[in-house]
Amino acid sequence: MRDHSESRSSETRMRTDDGSPHERSRKFAAARVIEGTPIFDGERAVRGYALNRMCFSLNERANRDAFLADEDAYCRKYSLNDEQINAVRSRNVQALLSAGGNIYYLAKLAGCFGLNVQDIGAQQTGMSVEAFRAKLRAAAET
Amino acid sequence: MARIVGCICTSHVPAIAGAVAKGLEADAYWQPFFEGFPPVRAWLERVRPDVAVVFYNDHGLNFFLDNMPTFAVGAADDYLNSDEGWGIPAHGLYAGDPEFSWHVMRSLINEEFDPASCQRMLVDHAFAIPMQLLWPHKSSGPRASVPIAINTVQHPLPSPRRCYKLGQAVGRAIASYPEDLKVVVIGTGGLSHQLEGGRAGFINKSFDLMCMDKLVDDPAALIRYSIEDLIETTGSQGVELVMWIAARASMTGSVTKIHSNYHIPISNTAAGLLLLENRDAPAPP
Repeated sequence: MRDHSESRSSETRMRTDDGSPHERSRKFAAARVIEGTPIFDGERAVRGYALNRMCFSLNERANRDAFLADEDAYCRKYSLNDEQINAVRSRNVQALLSAGGNIYYLAKLAGCFGLNVQDIGAQQTGMSVEAFRAKLRAAAET
Repeated sequence: MARIVGCICTSHVPAIAGAVAKGLEADAYWQPFFEGFPPVRAWLERVRPDVAVVFYNDHGLNFFLDNMPTFAVGAADDYLNSDEGWGIPAHGLYAGDPEFSWHVMRSLINEEFDPASCQRMLVDHAFAIPMQLLWPHKSSGPRASVPIAINTVQHPLPSPRRCYKLGQAVGRAIASYPEDLKVVVIGTGGLSHQLEGGRAGFINKSFDLMCMDKLVDDPAALIRYSIEDLIETTGSQGVELVMWIAARASMTGSVTKIHSNYHIPISNTAAGLLLLENRDAPAPP
């Protein structure tokens, strides 16, 4: 199993970079903007490292149990910043993505909350789960 | 010499494993998806491949951002499908063939591809679900597998053109292996879907059907798309099409479509299945 004792917080990583957030974006970000489609590029991978590392740990049941027993303590153990801790508390996928989360790692967090991909699709698009499912079914008729 | 008997591409939506575990294959929601597989299983029963080479993408089970290879080749005695954190059953060990894997590695690196080699490698649903769909009883499956992971987690992702060339190089690696083996090449993922952002739930039926058509006779037609083109046209997870492109590119003989299926939706995804047979492959030089 992987060693989770490594303590590389996103803050530490930010300090090693001499640029402002905007300059960092220019250096690492993907080029094209596609509406409603966050691209997990270098900029997000750097900014979201701690959050994604915490989510990655949830592959293991013992870690999921520890997270569910005390979410805030678990987030602090993985050095999440305030924005990331608040995003976890909110269960809001768009906020988690904005905080640097990657959808594949976030799926493990969503699983802890009992949310499946239709639930998070509905949440992100502001639809009811039934309306989101109907939208998926409708794509067959196009 | 080893030869490629065919190529099978299929979606790997995690919910499929849940449906199998609950015995829902004949359920009205699932039946149009599962009905695609009996003809493919019948072909496998007839051809009986010895080894499966599987192009798939890891979704955060084996690889993390501390070490994210663009291409990775499994070179282990066995590969464990373990818990991914959200409740689908894990399927235990799949046998490897390190000797064959190292041959593939040597051949790829000689051809200027530089994959990571993995002597330990957990394989996630993108590997295990297609294996389960193709061989519901593990004991009837190939004696070994070579998993080849393509990064679709962290951008920049390798282009469709690069994945096509990788597939061609893997095809040459297989054809140059001295053991008399029948190899099936599998590509998993897709087709159009998007899980994250305001465009979640995006599906593009006409693009998917065009791709399934081109993969049969003219796969090179798909390499003009960039990754960003694919994201825009087929959704941010629709880029998993690159696994289908790589698998198809491995075949060098006369290619015939044996079976296909397409159904919307399975979970958030347009689910596709394609079986191509590789006939009259020329003898390796």
